[in-house]
Amino acid sequence: MIEIENLYKEFDGVPVLKGISTTFEKGKTNMIIGQSGSGKTVLLKCLLGLHTPEKGIISFDGRIHTELGIKERRQLRQEIGMVFQGGALFDSLTIEENILFPLKMFANKPKSEMLDRVNIVLNRVNLENVNKKYPAELSGGMQKRVAIARAIVMNPKYLFCDEPNSGLDPRTATVIDNLIQEITKEYQIITIINSHDMNSVMEIGEKIVFLQNGVNAWEGSNEEIFKTENEAVVDFVYSSNLFKKVRETYLSKTK
Amino acid sequence: MNYLKHIGKYFLMLRQVFRKPQKWSVFRELFFREVEDLGLKSLGIIMFISFFVGGVVAIQTAMNIDSPFIPKYLIGFATKRGIILEFAPTFMSIILAGKVGSYITSSMGTMRVTEQIDALEVMGINSLNYLVLPKILAALFFYPLLILLSMFLGIIGGYFAGVITDLFFSEDYIYGIQLDFDPYFIKYALTKTVVFAFVITTIPAYHGFYVKGGSLEVGRASTKAVVWTSIVIILLNYFLTQMILG
Ligand SMILES: Nc1ncnc2c1ncn2[C@@H]1O[C@H](COP(=O)(O)OP(=O)(O)OP(=O)(O)O)[C@@H](O)[C@H]1O
Ligand SMILES: [Mg+2]
Repeated sequence: MIEIENLYKEFDGVPVLKGISTTFEKGKTNMIIGQSGSGKTVLLKCLLGLHTPEKGIISFDGRIHTELGIKERRQLRQEIGMVFQGGALFDSLTIEENILFPLKMFANKPKSEMLDRVNIVLNRVNLENVNKKYPAELSGGMQKRVAIARAIVMNPKYLFCDEPNSGLDPRTATVIDNLIQEITKEYQIITIINSHDMNSVMEIGEKIVFLQNGVNAWEGSNEEIFKTENEAVVDFVYSSNLFKKVRETYLSKTK
Repeated sequence: MNYLKHIGKYFLMLRQVFRKPQKWSVFRELFFREVEDLGLKSLGIIMFISFFVGGVVAIQTAMNIDSPFIPKYLIGFATKRGIILEFAPTFMSIILAGKVGSYITSSMGTMRVTEQIDALEVMGINSLNYLVLPKILAALFFYPLLILLSMFLGIIGGYFAGVITDLFFSEDYIYGIQLDFDPYFIKYALTKTVVFAFVITTIPAYHGFYVKGGSLEVGRASTKAVVWTSIVIILLNYFLTQMILG
């Protein structure tokens, strides 16, 4: 379990996170939602240790971030798979080398075995015949999928995805969502997804944390998000007419 | 005050750089890639410039000591000295600062702003060690060779200048360059080269690694890196010359 307690982070005196406390459980797809600029990426980067929060405690299965030395932190990071908002693929390496990269650094396996693993994860994200291409030669959506493949190639214990399906067509987006959920269930990992795609929230949001004004203004499941009376959540989630209708239908059915 | 902060941060960076590589096989691969990117790819320009600058040095020397009382072989002698002591090590290092320095800053800066450095860190990789150490070692290994080649070509360039312009006899020139050969000067020049190689890789790496913002800032950082690398080379050249030869 990942536990966050009273997390506070500011940039040059401007607070972004103002005391967030929540937990993320194993085997569940946790989602962080909130408006653009609400601090979703900052929160993930605090978890990753890329930002140092001014206050608060982050604990990964009992390992508290402030108590870890450089070595232990690197060890912990090797257990994390991360999909960055922009993909962050190494553009001087081919797709195959990108995914091979963490294996080459940390797994002591014969090359053929590692290449097999690369092909397995590429298959899982529905990519074929891209092994020898460079990131710049792929579409944005394909790059995203490569980033996911690279994040899961080491069988991480923790999987963080910063908007994994922004820029994808609805069909691929759903495939990616389901893929992330399957991996979460299959390996019983802790998954945290940043998103403002309401479709994914409805599909796979088992625990949803709504960020607003630097705090987690609301928490619940995708079932509960239909029923909630919390104005800010309703305002944010149901700003689209389509979801408004979905909600109305849902509420009238359950009554 | 601000300068002190940067200098401090630079040395803190070096502490992260000089760690044992996390995986030797990967390090070896990176090292050879950097030898190619930072060294072999500069071979052409260094050869080109060395040859012609050597020619110019010889012509200028010949025109300046146009006196019947000064023996002509001194042209070869002075050209050799000038090239070995200054033109090859310092001048070529400035050229490399421009070419290699901007390449290092922009490639690392781009990695920073597109979160590739974050991605390395998240994987548990010491990104400074991974990115910068192979560059430093590749330069320390390759630049002395490059500068030796530059000396050689510079002196040859001087010879051809004489042949073409008829300003001096090639026999005199050849006699002059063999005169009073002192390996100590080569050692001095290569010591400078090694120090400059370190500067040429680390200062641009510093500017690239700590870029904040987007592609505009990467461009600015590259310019700054080249300027600062050149300034530091010139200053160090002065102090090293005083220390070693003075
Ligand atoms: N490195 C930084 N330095 C200064 N301010 C930052 C930095 N990173 C983020 N911020 C600020 O923190 C706030 C939250 O940014 P963040 O990137 O977390 O938003 P987000 O919720 O991920 O938005 P989006 O959905 O658009 O990705 C923004 O106001 C941003 O300007
Ligand atoms: Mg974001």
